[in-house]
Amino acid sequence: MSALEPTTQPAAAVRPGRAWRPFALTLPALVLLAAVIGYPLITIVLRSLSEPEWGAQNYVWFFGAPVNLAVLQRTFTISAWVTLVCVVCAYPYAYLMTAVGPRIRLVLVLCVLIPFWVSGVVRTLSWVILLQDSGVINSLLRSAGFTGIRLIRTQTGVVIGMAQVLLPFMILPLYSVMKGIDLKLVQAARSLGARPSRAFFTVYLPLSLPGVYAGAIIVFILALGFYITPALLGGPRSTMLSTLVQTQVLSLLQWGRGGAMGVVLLVTTFLLLALAAPVMRSRHREAGRR
Amino acid sequence: MEMKPLTRLVLGLVCLLVAIWLVAPTLVVVPMSFNGNKSLAFPPQGFSWQWYQNFATNPEWSTSFLNSLKVASIVAVLATVLGTLAAFGLDRMKARPASLLRMLMLTPMVVPGVVLAIGIYAVYLDAQLVGTLSGFVLAHTILALPFVLIAVSANLEVFDRRLETAAASLGAGALTTFRTVTLPLILPGILSGLLFAFATSFDEIIVSLFITNPYLKTLPVQIFSSITRDADPTVAAVGTILLCATTILIGAGMLLLGRERKGRL
Amino acid sequence: MNPRPDNRGAAIDLESVTKAYGAFKALDGVSLGIEPGEFMTLLGPSGSGKTTTLNVIAGFTDVTSGKLLVGEKSVVGVPAHKRNIGVVFQHYALFPHMTVGRNVAYPLTLRGVDQAKRKVRVARALDMVKMGDFAHRYPSELSGGQQQRVALARAIVFDPPLLLMDEPLGALDKKLREWLQLEIKRIHRELGTTFVYVTHDQEEALVLSDRIAVFNRGRIEQVGTGRQLYDEPATLFVGRFIGDSTVLRGEARSDGTSTALTIAGEAVTAPRRLAGETNPVMLLRPEKLSLRRAGQTAAAGTNRLSGTIAEAIYLGSGSKYEVKLADGSVAIVRSPLTGESFGLGEKVELCFDGADAKLLADDSTADTTLT
Repeated sequence: MSALEPTTQPAAAVRPGRAWRPFALTLPALVLLAAVIGYPLITIVLRSLSEPEWGAQNYVWFFGAPVNLAVLQRTFTISAWVTLVCVVCAYPYAYLMTAVGPRIRLVLVLCVLIPFWVSGVVRTLSWVILLQDSGVINSLLRSAGFTGIRLIRTQTGVVIGMAQVLLPFMILPLYSVMKGIDLKLVQAARSLGARPSRAFFTVYLPLSLPGVYAGAIIVFILALGFYITPALLGGPRSTMLSTLVQTQVLSLLQWGRGGAMGVVLLVTTFLLLALAAPVMRSRHREAGRR
Repeated sequence: MEMKPLTRLVLGLVCLLVAIWLVAPTLVVVPMSFNGNKSLAFPPQGFSWQWYQNFATNPEWSTSFLNSLKVASIVAVLATVLGTLAAFGLDRMKARPASLLRMLMLTPMVVPGVVLAIGIYAVYLDAQLVGTLSGFVLAHTILALPFVLIAVSANLEVFDRRLETAAASLGAGALTTFRTVTLPLILPGILSGLLFAFATSFDEIIVSLFITNPYLKTLPVQIFSSITRDADPTVAAVGTILLCATTILIGAGMLLLGRERKGRL
Repeated sequence: MNPRPDNRGAAIDLESVTKAYGAFKALDGVSLGIEPGEFMTLLGPSGSGKTTTLNVIAGFTDVTSGKLLVGEKSVVGVPAHKRNIGVVFQHYALFPHMTVGRNVAYPLTLRGVDQAKRKVRVARALDMVKMGDFAHRYPSELSGGQQQRVALARAIVFDPPLLLMDEPLGALDKKLREWLQLEIKRIHRELGTTFVYVTHDQEEALVLSDRIAVFNRGRIEQVGTGRQLYDEPATLFVGRFIGDSTVLRGEARSDGTSTALTIAGEAVTAPRRLAGETNPVMLLRPEKLSLRRAGQTAAAGTNRLSGTIAEAIYLGSGSKYEVKLADGSVAIVRSPLTGESFGLGEKVELCFDGADAKLLADDSTADTTLT
């Protein structure tokens, strides 16, 4: 009742003339942010426009060279594949997490979290071991009659490795959305005459989509910027944008060109985020959460 | 939702495969670390402890490990202090500026690693921070900050501000209220933020690869260069040690948490 | 909890207290005097300013203008933690990381009371609310009613001269609420502290209070004992907020000593007139109305209005009828079990003595705020 009165909000700590206090608390973090993120990013943008001389030449070069466009396209293709693999694998997994008892759920959650326990570099090393031409997976495939399949230094290998690293980022948001879906809605659909599969496709799936969107966006964006996994698992024909940036800057000392590529990658990431934000927000509102 | 037995079986199998896919690569390093040969071919041949010995005695490995510990410890403290302060500030701010600032502070999570790395590298070259402890600490702190912010904010969100009002009515000033009421209740968030910050720094590789130099290497950088240089199973030994260490830490944490819960609920 | 025969609690004085949030006035010139040791209830619908008044006294909210004295000292500008006022919150606000005992000991620790004395006083406060056996439990192990009693113990353990309670029983079920009301009354009697109690429940206010201040739209409509508010409401809002009532509206004519209302062709009179030019209405309490079957003769001088029984409710101790009048309005009548009973749709006459009708100025807010 009285919760509607404006003063029931905790007003104790807020006294007139002290509104600046919260800002002061965030100030140290903001200063560091400006120095270690803001300033470097501005530096990169400036260098991409000014080296070797002022102008858009680096961008003209980037979008004019078919090699670069091929890498850009490949970066998107690999990220899309990784996202797709993650959605397909994560959906049943997250669903099972909501359907089982607390004990099995704990095991399933642990399986998702264990990959985080080990250094990311070490994990990629594991994939190098597993995927190499004389590795376990190839031997298994060979004994099953599939010969001549190469995994390491191919796009397939890169997708397998990246998807494994990124899978938790798909499973967790999906699980948190599925956990909130009111199963009574599915029962309602069944009582209205829907077969189980139809109830799933017309009720459960649409309600779980916000989780799919959220997870897919996160995975896709993280995949775009991947560096270590493609560098170790990929070959020259599966180079991604990040590797190209690194080569330009560290090996060729082409700060302008490397910077331009970095800016393209950065802008793409932010554009995707900006595009996804309103979709995700409105979807969340529609979802039949308890 | 009720399922047909067949659907149930297929779902279970698919999930089992996914679970194996998630976990197996993590565990592969364990048998590899006892390899008798200097090779990373699986399955390993023979048995030996030599890679663990190498890790302990080879200064390349032990120094980089100590460096990582040092950097990660400083980063954990620094990021936790800055992140906790910021989380408090955002919590007590009006909604609009708070959400704007929060977005800003989370950017380190979404900026592609390489872009950030070349930016920081460019700035560090000018500021002569490449290969320095402060260089590593600053870069890692900003990368760890979002995790602390998220952990502490999540705790502050469920923290009932009316308890602070209650403490004031009982005679507690602002500082006493913070010390006796607010801090104990958001401590779990701060601690998990600390842990996340430590792990983030300890695991950071992309930026580290750019700002490292022969005088200061962190463990991930050492692992990376070892993998790209030759097939040295010491990497697997390191991986196994890390795996054991985290398992023990997390196990202990869960036990502590469980005991605390039992006492409180 | 030293007994305080000479100190019966603090007096409180609010003088034209205003609290504005931009253009919105949560409190608009509120003046209220509370006697030492009095049980004063601030009653009103949500948003009426009662909780704001409590927050102003507690020091959680600053006043925009006006004076506020607690125990004859001005406390304007004094922060909440230096006012030494006990507060019981609607949602208990017990510290979840402390046991019941440590919760209650908290204010004593802050005041530097030594451990031995602290133990005694905590035990005494917990005994007073009958929670002595729960000192080692955590709040999450207690029911809502138990938590609220602990909160009460914590608010009185440091002997504040004034105790504020903000809808402390709002989250509890009816049975528990009624029992705790009696407990609170008992504790008030034992302590002699001044109690200021906020509620939107008029029955609760009547049960507990020495006096009640009725709030509406940031102002106090009337201050008085329950009986005064029920029998002599100063405004139509108060009349409608406290107890059941029937409001008669019609074309009004005054002739100096009496007022007549014409409702759908039938006239009723009251032997009084309302000062000023305001539009008068009549307010009648259910027990002052009686029913008789249409056509029966009545005593001379009794006002009569014809209507139809729209609802008949058996209450055990009697019956309650809703009678639809010719102009469409509904009158509420309570009749004892011994009286005649009427069926739905029956034509009846509503009778009352003009002297029992309260003449009040028509106040549009009385209808919009109450539904």
